[in-house]
Amino acid sequence: MNFAFFEVFDVYLLEAIVNGILLGGVLALMALGLNLIFGVIDVVWICYAELIMIGMYGLYYTYAVYGLPMWIASPMCIALVAVLGLLLHYIVIRPLLDAAPINQLLATGGVLFFLQSFATVAFGIDFRNLGIRLPVLAIGDMHFSYARLLAFLAALAGMVTIYLFMTRTYIGTAIRAIAQDRQIMVLMGVDSRRLYLVTSALGGALAGLAACLLVLQYDVHPFVGLSFGPITFMIVVLGGLGNFIGGFVASFVFAEIISLGGLYSDLEWGYVLAFAFFILMMFARPQGLLTRRS
Amino acid sequence: MTARKLLIGVTALALIALPFVYKQPYHLHVLVLILIWSFAYTSWSVMGRFGLVSLGHGGFMGVGAYVTALLWNHLGVSPWIGIPLALLAAGLLAIVVGYPCFRFRIIGHYFALVTLALSGIVLQVITATRDFTGGSLGYTPERTKGSVLAAVQFVDKETWYLIALLVWALGLLIWYLVDGSMLRHAMEAISEDEDAAAAAGINVTAEKLKITVLSAVMTAFAGALYCQYQMFISPDTVSGISVSLQMVFAAVVGGIYVALGPTVGAVITILLAEALRIGFGTAAVGWDNLIYGVLLVCFIVLLPQGILGSLLVRRAAAK
Repeated sequence: MNFAFFEVFDVYLLEAIVNGILLGGVLALMALGLNLIFGVIDVVWICYAELIMIGMYGLYYTYAVYGLPMWIASPMCIALVAVLGLLLHYIVIRPLLDAAPINQLLATGGVLFFLQSFATVAFGIDFRNLGIRLPVLAIGDMHFSYARLLAFLAALAGMVTIYLFMTRTYIGTAIRAIAQDRQIMVLMGVDSRRLYLVTSALGGALAGLAACLLVLQYDVHPFVGLSFGPITFMIVVLGGLGNFIGGFVASFVFAEIISLGGLYSDLEWGYVLAFAFFILMMFARPQGLLTRRS
Repeated sequence: MTARKLLIGVTALALIALPFVYKQPYHLHVLVLILIWSFAYTSWSVMGRFGLVSLGHGGFMGVGAYVTALLWNHLGVSPWIGIPLALLAAGLLAIVVGYPCFRFRIIGHYFALVTLALSGIVLQVITATRDFTGGSLGYTPERTKGSVLAAVQFVDKETWYLIALLVWALGLLIWYLVDGSMLRHAMEAISEDEDAAAAAGINVTAEKLKITVLSAVMTAFAGALYCQYQMFISPDTVSGISVSLQMVFAAVVGGIYVALGPTVGAVITILLAEALRIGFGTAAVGWDNLIYGVLLVCFIVLLPQGILGSLLVRRAAAK
């Protein structure tokens, strides 16, 4: 599999930096979804990127094949992945809530295989894209694609929405509370099962939003998840599992490393650099860039 | 116990005698693949059974395969020297990543994800140095004419079957040696409670490092063997994240707490893939992994001990 996620970067440093920031927005969105799941349910969805892949196919089919307008197709796509998140929790995670963490990790690894091969069987291994080319914004000698800009803004909007939901609504407050103390909240009469389902759906919806934004920029194929799945995990771990702000900061650090690393040599070296940075940081700060606020 | 020894002896003789009486090349080919992958999965479970879940073994396997092939093609170094060098490289890599991990107490999810990054790095380095390694298109060691012992290249399947059988048996032997050693007791104590183990005088970092290096070197050997047998390697087949997951999966399906578990896992997964491939041809693309995925989830939810492990537990309970 070629890690074709970040295509070719142009030659200018500033452009690479800005592109890194734009890329960081989408990475931050994905990291947020994964962090939400981990922070609340204490489970890592290894198949998170594959949910996004299914969402990308969802948008491809509703928009490009069945010709629904974008404002109907994208909410449908988000809802689809939210339902998938619910099902994943209900069928796979729920029976394993008390199992060893590593078994949960492996079970979602099984879902990863399943979703990849489901996509291979159902959609074939061809690369597909929406067939829309958004214009390119030129500022001086620098070029930025509108798709990236749009993705960055939508990702920011998604994150603000989640923030408001978590701080301003009753159920959001309950979710934050249960993330802090699993035992006590159940004694206080909070229905943890229901909260877990809501969280899973929310995590799925974030994956769905990421899918809508990614499919604007990249081709979709059954193994596309492998191009950004590992990087998302590393970001989340680097930020400290379950730490939202850490994940946000780490997304931009990673995006800049990849963007600038790719600028000075081959794209793959940008990845090698990012992965190596991750391993080094794990030794320097095993608890994440920012330690979790208690 | 004598009946058991007799059974092992008879099975061993039958396995050795097989290629002399039965020479159907395709069936031998499947058997060789099963033996090589069984060895790789056994290598993984040597450390995996102690709760050290590594998702980086695709990286070690890639190092084993690529170092051997690159030395042979570019420098003309015979695999007899190249393979030990490859094993050395994998061992060093295991120390470089393992030592800080264990020193800084990176365990559980974090260990799995650090090792996942390792397989990502190996994959990306192989792809990025495509001028030497052929990148994602794969790589072929230069062929000799006919079977040449010095180049570890053999045209007949029978020889390969015997080599693979020997290596597989070696893997089981190592598994049993670890099982009967102090290392096993130390590792079990560590997997229960690291602090208590350290308080009891176990050097946690050193013990973990020993088992990791052992497992990594064995996995690299599996990679080198696979390379010499198939004479074609690509990042997808011997390296990277999907190979790492495949190892974990097969070992878990078979059962990681029993010696033959990974072998059972390899038999099931490879036979399933081959049966689907023959039965449905190209229409089966993806179906094997689809079934694997469902099986893996079912196994972890319903049979966490694996197939063989659960059978043995049931038999022990019946006694």
